[in-house]
Amino acid sequence: MTADHTSGPLIDVRDLERTFDVRRRVEGRRRRTREQVVAVHDLTFSVDGGEMVGYIGPNGAGKSTTIKMLTGILVPTGGEVRVRGLDPSRQRVELARRIGVVFGQRSTLWWDLPLRDSFDLLQKMYRISPARYRENLDRFVDLLDLGAQLDTPVRQLSLGQRMRGDITAALLHDPEVIYLDEPTIGLDVVSKGRLREFLRALNRERGTTLLLTTHDLQDIEALCDRVIVIDHGTSVYDGTLAGLHAQGGSTRTLVVDLVDEAPPIDVPGAEVRKVEGPRQWLSFPSDASAAPIVAAVAASYAVADLSIQEPDIEDVIRDLYSRGA
Amino acid sequence: MLHVAVATRTFRRYATYRAATLSGIFTNSVFGIIYSYAYLALWDANPSAGGYDSQDAVTYVWLGQALLMTIALWGGGTTDDLAERIRSGDVAIDLYRPVGLVGWYLASDLGRAAYHLLTRGFGPTLIGLVVFDISLPGSVLDAGAFAVSLVLAVIVSFAIRFLVASTAFWLLDQSGVKVMSGAFAIFISGMMLPLVLFPGWLGTLANALPWASYVQVPADIWLGKRQGTDLLAALGFQVMWAVVLIAACHGVLRLATRKVVVQGG
Ligand SMILES: Nc1ncnc2c1ncn2[C@@H]1O[C@H](COP(=O)(O)OP(=O)(O)OP(=O)(O)O)[C@@H](O)[C@H]1O
Ligand SMILES: [Mg+2]
Repeated sequence: MTADHTSGPLIDVRDLERTFDVRRRVEGRRRRTREQVVAVHDLTFSVDGGEMVGYIGPNGAGKSTTIKMLTGILVPTGGEVRVRGLDPSRQRVELARRIGVVFGQRSTLWWDLPLRDSFDLLQKMYRISPARYRENLDRFVDLLDLGAQLDTPVRQLSLGQRMRGDITAALLHDPEVIYLDEPTIGLDVVSKGRLREFLRALNRERGTTLLLTTHDLQDIEALCDRVIVIDHGTSVYDGTLAGLHAQGGSTRTLVVDLVDEAPPIDVPGAEVRKVEGPRQWLSFPSDASAAPIVAAVAASYAVADLSIQEPDIEDVIRDLYSRGA
Repeated sequence: MLHVAVATRTFRRYATYRAATLSGIFTNSVFGIIYSYAYLALWDANPSAGGYDSQDAVTYVWLGQALLMTIALWGGGTTDDLAERIRSGDVAIDLYRPVGLVGWYLASDLGRAAYHLLTRGFGPTLIGLVVFDISLPGSVLDAGAFAVSLVLAVIVSFAIRFLVASTAFWLLDQSGVKVMSGAFAIFISGMMLPLVLFPGWLGTLANALPWASYVQVPADIWLGKRQGTDLLAALGFQVMWAVVLIAACHGVLRLATRKVVVQGG
């Protein structure tokens, strides 16, 4: 990647804010009242070239709103966004040549046209050199297994095929950054796996920066070293995936199968979460050693079996979301 | 290059609606016949109304039928695609592309207009020629000027339809505005009755408004009513409105993207 703006980070978001005016009908009042919805506020983060960042948060957290502001199709009501030093909403067209966007919910392809024709139009639109275009198209079509669909009109494609078409479309012009807003929505397990592998390779081989929004945490675990969690429009966590476990105050679980049913086990350093017949679930802090707890349990009870469950990232995040609410 | 590709693709897309095209030509022809007899009766009573003779009047009818779809006088055309994309929020995708939206949709609409000219333009014209012996342009110059005027008519009408579609940024739905604008255009463009018959100030006003570019100006050029500098003035009038209205499209779009929201997650 050539770098003429690399003095700062690739994406720089500072005190970003976006509010929407909405009108609501209120019971008992004749006129609709104006109301402000704060979609994003006090949002600050930056992303360096080559990073793969997971941008997650519950429904309505402000993820799509942020991505729209990053691409320049929505103007912030406060704060600043810079992508490669450019102001997206003012320099949208200039920026468009350097970014790629995939909106899982919408298609960038032309409904009536065969996939190949959509790609053709994009080549002309982004003025991609014929050689580069050929090379990229061949490669993406091969990696994403799209060969059989090239001459099919987009409206006849399945969701997964269309999504792969959209991802190809977003990448043909070699963007430095790609924003993916729920790219795996509605994909089956095999397609998801293939897509993740593809994105990893893209990042590894071309250094493409990735900002990914998803509700599938496996996407994040498979792809992102860094996670930004947003809730109610503002970032509540920004760091590594591993750090997220710790931040969540997450716990490990010791599953104990007793020989006979017993009242909840009482040992220091652990707490019973659930009892089901002879099986009991004890939780203890992730950073504590399991050994003394196992020893204490074994000393006082007749144990048939033991196992330890690692913290689940989904629980951590659920925890984070519920604290923010 | 891109815009040519866009236009040819839209042309091809419209070309897939064969049945609609055929029934459209049939409808235009029926209306052409009805209007022709009505106009003939009118000019029978007043043989030089508006400076037209009866052959001019009948020719005007068939030109109107040929232009109706070519300029998408009722509204619609590719600007309906735009309105729909604004409503659904898909316009977001169009907006972050490195090409202007106005140029893109204009190219697309010209592709559509070319298709409609070849089918719904030539079809009725041929019938008018055979059945009513309509007149043809008097010179190569007139024919050329008519072609230019036709393209300008499409551009002016496109710009107005684009502005109508843009109301969806604020209203979410263009249909109310579209119906009103279409009904107004039918009247004020001279589609129903040539503007040369509009009396007094109404005539002056109608001839100064952009809708005069739709039918009246191209028809007058075809009929050879505008010659020499007057011909240049006629084309200049259309160019002026085309420039003003396309600039307005850009302005409205800028306003829309700054003030208005792109719908949907
Ligand atoms: N055009 C709009 N008008 C009014 N409110 C909006 C608009 N767009 C978004 N919002 C509000 O802003 C908030 C953030 O929405 P956004 O679409 O960014 O959420 P999200 O994080 O992408 O959620 P999801 O996971 O459901 O896609 C929500 O409360 C939403 O209702
Ligand atoms: Mg969203």
